[in-house]
Amino acid sequence: MPTVPPIAVERLVKIYKTIPAVDEISFALTRGSITGLLGGNGAGKTTTIAAIMGLTTPSSGRVSVLGAEMPRQRYRVLHRMNFESPYVAMPMRLTVRQNLTVFGMLYGVDDLKQRIAQLAEELDLVDLLDRAAGRLSDGQKTRVALAKALINMPEVLLLDEPTASLDPDTADWIRGSLERYRRRRNATLLIASHNMAEVERLCDRVIIMKCGRIEDDDTPARLLARYGRQTLEEVFLDVARGRGIQHEAAQ
Amino acid sequence: MNARSESVFDFSPWRAAAMILRYWYLLRSSWPRLLDLVYWPTVQMITWGFLQYYIMQNAGFFARAGGTFIGAVLLWDILFRGQLGFSISFMEEMWARNIGNLMMSPLRPAEFISALMVMSIVRLSLGLVPVTLLAIAFFGFNLYGLGLALAAFFVNLMLTSWAVGIFVSGLVLRNGLGAENLAWSIMFLFMPLTCVYYPVTTLPLWLQPVAWLLPPTYVFEGLRALLIQKEFRADLMLHALALNAAFFAAGVFGFVKLLQSARRHGSLIQSGE
Repeated sequence: MPTVPPIAVERLVKIYKTIPAVDEISFALTRGSITGLLGGNGAGKTTTIAAIMGLTTPSSGRVSVLGAEMPRQRYRVLHRMNFESPYVAMPMRLTVRQNLTVFGMLYGVDDLKQRIAQLAEELDLVDLLDRAAGRLSDGQKTRVALAKALINMPEVLLLDEPTASLDPDTADWIRGSLERYRRRRNATLLIASHNMAEVERLCDRVIIMKCGRIEDDDTPARLLARYGRQTLEEVFLDVARGRGIQHEAAQ
Repeated sequence: MNARSESVFDFSPWRAAAMILRYWYLLRSSWPRLLDLVYWPTVQMITWGFLQYYIMQNAGFFARAGGTFIGAVLLWDILFRGQLGFSISFMEEMWARNIGNLMMSPLRPAEFISALMVMSIVRLSLGLVPVTLLAIAFFGFNLYGLGLALAAFFVNLMLTSWAVGIFVSGLVLRNGLGAENLAWSIMFLFMPLTCVYYPVTTLPLWLQPVAWLLPPTYVFEGLRALLIQKEFRADLMLHALALNAAFFAAGVFGFVKLLQSARRHGSLIQSGE
């Protein structure tokens, strides 16, 4: 019996009025993988993630998560997935504990008090639990958002710029937490990021998007070798500036 | 994990309770929010109360119809604050940029709407109960003296306020906070047409059928019948209930269609202005 991919995108097209945001992209992720979605502003990363989350309806094509078609069958799987993004926020006046309690209830988490205590321990939130979410620093807010994203121990975790605007120490700490979570839960992670070092460290696969299309899709090592570059940032610049094919030909 | 069902039509009291808890935490955390619930109803009741007091001293008819203004003010506040309580709780999610978190969670629209309905009653009670007590103390008008009629008025007014609140929330979801002003002002469109302070016969003949299409019109006519003719008009309440059923169904239908449109247009990703 073939395994259902945690995330499968088939010929996805999303057009806003007349503007194509995503133009017939396809990919499937394997369980337990971390995949980076790279691309400049307007490349279609956020729209792709929104379609996977069921927040937007595809103009054509198909998106499925854990075998459920999105957004039509989203209630079959929403309790098995979660996401984190700096573009959404936790209610600021609620304390961290109150926020996690509300989201834990929404996701139907059993033994919620224990789960909150466990997350607080893992994400170094113990001293912050009774502070209002709006009074935390950016780094602390990101840890709280990550706690919310992990509250239901999701099998599929979507992250949009998980370390944006964080200092290098906190960003590194967050990456470590994500790696540990993936290993422990065998979860599938899809990360949209502009941070090439982050993608290089975390991801075992990279999908590079440009103008709504997939320009390249491979492991970081094979991308570096194919483009003859030392870092993913150089690869990204080659793709963004249309130098990819020339370089490959020279190789 | 708890046992879960998978349809959009499933209803989990637990998830609805989570949302009620969320709004309760918010109310508890902010004394200006609590003060705001009481402030305007009090100001309005005192202003109209003194006006009625003045008119009663100078006009025989109004002396017989004691309480019509204060009663109308209090019932109008149930209608207006009921809708505002619903819409403000919804807009708290937009202001907090939390709507994406909720739309991505297993929360069903019916659970969300139920929580907003409960919160509109909670907010209304926090604001209006002290004001009704002040009306007894200042002007000797006891709203609770209306007895069972008050329950009929309350149910009908709340149903209208929820129907409007649900539809306005759909508009905000689809169009972003640019549509926020509608939440504050839409009920004032009802004010002249539902004849809060005067009988329907005051309106021009051509406008009267429009007034009779709106459920609150029956409630305000019912209040005047009770206070002036000392008669409870059950027929008016049944008319209002039937119209409210249609209004509520239309509100929910509109919300669902606007939510679908928001998904098509990507409005759930960008929920700002």
